[in-house]
Amino acid sequence: MVETLLEIHGLKTWFKTDDGMVRAVDGVDLRIDHGETLGVVGESGCGKTVTARSVLKLIDMPPGRFEGGRILWRGRDLIPLDDQEMNKIRAREIAIIFQEPMTSLNPVYTVGDQIAEVIALHQKLGRKQAMEGAAEMLRLVNIPNPQHRVHDYPHQFSGGMRQRVMIAMALSCQPKLLIADEPTTALDVTIQAQILELMHEMKDRFGMAIMLITHAMGVVAETCQRVTVMYAGKVVEEAPVGELFGQPRHPYTQGLIRSIPRVDRAAEKKQRLEAISGTVPSLLDPPPGCRFAARCRYASDICVREMPPLKEVAPGHFVRCVL
Amino acid sequence: MSRQWILRRILLVIPAMLGISVLLYTVLALAPGDPFSELAQNPAVPPEVAAALRAKFGLDDPVWVRYGHWFTSMMRGDWGFSFVSRMDVDTLILQRLPTTLIVIGAAQLMAILVALPVGVLAGIRPYSVFDQIANTLAFIGFSLPTFFTGLLLILVFSIQLDWLPFVYRADINATGWKFYWEHIRQSIMPVMVLGLFQGASLVRYVRSSVLDVVKLDYVITARSKGIGERKVVTKHVVRNALIPVVTLVMLQMPVVFGGAIVTEQIFRVPGIGSLLISAMLANDTPVVMAVTFVFSCLVVLCNLIADVLYAWLDPRISYR
Amino acid sequence: MTVTQSAPTGVPAPAAAATATTRKKQHFSPWQEVWRRFRRHRLALASSIVLGLIIVTVVFGPLVWTVPINEIDFAAKLQGPSWAHPLGTDDLGQDVLARMIYGGRISLAVGLAAMVVAIFVGVLVGAIAGMASGKVDAALMWLSDLFLSLPTLPLLLLIIYLFRDSLKAVFGVEGGIFIMIVVVIGGLRWMPAARLVRAQFLSLREKEFVEAARALGASRTRQVVQHILPNALGPVIVAATIDVAAAIIQESTLSFLGLGFPPDIPTWGRLLADAKDYLDIAPHWALASGAAIFLTVLSINFIGDGLRDALDPRRVI
Repeated sequence: MVETLLEIHGLKTWFKTDDGMVRAVDGVDLRIDHGETLGVVGESGCGKTVTARSVLKLIDMPPGRFEGGRILWRGRDLIPLDDQEMNKIRAREIAIIFQEPMTSLNPVYTVGDQIAEVIALHQKLGRKQAMEGAAEMLRLVNIPNPQHRVHDYPHQFSGGMRQRVMIAMALSCQPKLLIADEPTTALDVTIQAQILELMHEMKDRFGMAIMLITHAMGVVAETCQRVTVMYAGKVVEEAPVGELFGQPRHPYTQGLIRSIPRVDRAAEKKQRLEAISGTVPSLLDPPPGCRFAARCRYASDICVREMPPLKEVAPGHFVRCVL
Repeated sequence: MSRQWILRRILLVIPAMLGISVLLYTVLALAPGDPFSELAQNPAVPPEVAAALRAKFGLDDPVWVRYGHWFTSMMRGDWGFSFVSRMDVDTLILQRLPTTLIVIGAAQLMAILVALPVGVLAGIRPYSVFDQIANTLAFIGFSLPTFFTGLLLILVFSIQLDWLPFVYRADINATGWKFYWEHIRQSIMPVMVLGLFQGASLVRYVRSSVLDVVKLDYVITARSKGIGERKVVTKHVVRNALIPVVTLVMLQMPVVFGGAIVTEQIFRVPGIGSLLISAMLANDTPVVMAVTFVFSCLVVLCNLIADVLYAWLDPRISYR
Repeated sequence: MTVTQSAPTGVPAPAAAATATTRKKQHFSPWQEVWRRFRRHRLALASSIVLGLIIVTVVFGPLVWTVPINEIDFAAKLQGPSWAHPLGTDDLGQDVLARMIYGGRISLAVGLAAMVVAIFVGVLVGAIAGMASGKVDAALMWLSDLFLSLPTLPLLLLIIYLFRDSLKAVFGVEGGIFIMIVVVIGGLRWMPAARLVRAQFLSLREKEFVEAARALGASRTRQVVQHILPNALGPVIVAATIDVAAAIIQESTLSFLGLGFPPDIPTWGRLLADAKDYLDIAPHWALASGAAIFLTVLSINFIGDGLRDALDPRRVI
């Protein structure tokens, strides 16, 4: 039996705004086991990032607020924990990297300082040893000449290199889970592949789990074991990766998969890419029924009236749809 | 921060000084009439001094030659003679400059000590009760003209409570501790007037800068490291927020010098500000020109300090 | 109008998009939207009322309060507030209220006129620098840097000291000093507006809608007037508001130092300067004139803050 690291049940993270409550995350369930890579996909604004930040409680409160649900980290609920207790979990057990490597590092400190800060704190080391640790981490993420580059400032690194620095920083305490929030979106295509490759390598090396948040289905197909699909603050489908791509059950997932550009087909048959028509519903006072109903070609009366439950249609394959 | 960079920045002072001196001299040259003719009729001025002055300034030369003379003699430290005080202008200014600098410096120090923590606290908890009180007080602080604050303080602390003297005396008749104590006592109100004004704008600058920085990605990164909120703020927010504040504070310096002139005038502090006003009221043109020039130099110097501080705080600058 | 386009939505979720099923969002015209946001700044709203009252008093006051400003009555000198003299009298027994109303006209007029000068020069310089770029831009920005490092008050004093007699001769006592003070205060305050306008130019010049206009063959002047300046309007309005307050303080400072308007013309600064020697026996005199300056400047500053909130679309509460 593999250990379950993270279990999220019915998480609701809402934001108070001038116009009312925005239900950014409105009842999300997901699970990550030891050593696996879970893909979390969905279009922008569907609540992926808020879910990720909720796990580490990096949401500004106010305006944000946990409206309900539980975040179980190895069986322990994180929501009631205070900041001090969270700080024992942050970086040491769960680390996070963000979408924008250009702005995620503090411009006024050297990268060495910023990595050493984590090492010194969590491994109770002196500054000198921590700096050595930082150089070692830079070497691990394949940054050439790490002994010198620890003393460089972020602006002296390219985007891809900065993301490597971020990974080095995140992994410096060997966390059990790495949350990667669109880690490659802001990078060039060739660099994207390198970063994904690096994350994979690090995962095997440290035996950690990864929660990979992305909107690129191609990346998911290549790197993840299981996938959770989110739409408008809710999970609509969850399945092992092969099954999800083989037999997608939710109309939204089907749409997402059809919208993956296929270079071969586009070239051979001049086939146009399929888009999902319509837009995401407002998360202010969302409609009572299925969030996707307005855009769903199979939608019927019941879809508009009430929210379908998440039901298991095959072992490990859950769908929130009446079909 | 590289040495060459600092050197380059110091060299940039030269065109700034030249520009300002040209501007000042243009104002003087455009002024109708001959600023020295009045002095020639002044019985306090010996005729030979007036004649020497006319010759030195070569009043019939073309304007750029006159400017050249004026500028070179200013650079040499030959700033002319004050007919009113009957002494060399440079000696007069050097006598009074330290007082002005001490008052401004003490006020700036006080402003920073109060405004920095208040601005940071207000910025990290925007729209809290503390923030709203601090913000409103800051608005009141910099909407109060220095001359009114000065009179209010005199009214309360000198007239009503009779705690502090409202006239600054240079000739304190005491020695040892009592001498210093009297000096501090009479400096309290001028320093408070200036400090209140500077502190009020500083609170606003710090607050809005912190507000901008707190939202940035690297602050979230810092939080995700588990280093604790206090360290996130002191190490990752304040340091970065100070960078734009340095520039804003220095942009404020001309206003601060203006405030210093008013403050010195109200409390009769014997600095160069009150010297400027009395020189103007007495038509003492060499002193007026020289004091204005000194104020300009001080502003340029402050800009230089600001840029060096900026580069020290922000490593991205000096590598460019 | 992009100035007020994006409504302040909540933090991470871009939830503004509306579909048939979601609540209908009310639509406002851009200026209604500005007003809606301005109204939320309670201090700014209160300040607008206070400033409005001050302006009404100063403009229409003499119609109601007909006491002359220069009626000397030594028997009634330095009196505290009474029914005959609501704000008391000065050292010559003149009515302080009447003098304050008159002085307020000058102070407000100087503030507004100096702001117009500053904004006019600033927008002009900023637009030229932003359009021209290259050497002209660099030269103009160097000039604005230079002006920013001028010690304003000493220079102001110097210019007035050197020029007041000749201007008095040409334009008369009041007019000459008024023109000079306005031009000099405004002429030393154009830099922020110039920088704002230039910054807007630089960021907007490459934006799609300006490029579209350019592609359609709009002339340069047309581009500037129709497409770029309206976008720079928000920050410039805020700067203009602050300029009025600063100019009022500057003028009062000059008068307070005895180097502004001539002694027989009561301005708020002048009244305060005269009152300071009687602080111990007639504090009402200084308090009245000082409070007038303070209240006016404070309310203008709060209005500026409210306008900043209302006109800055990036702001998120």
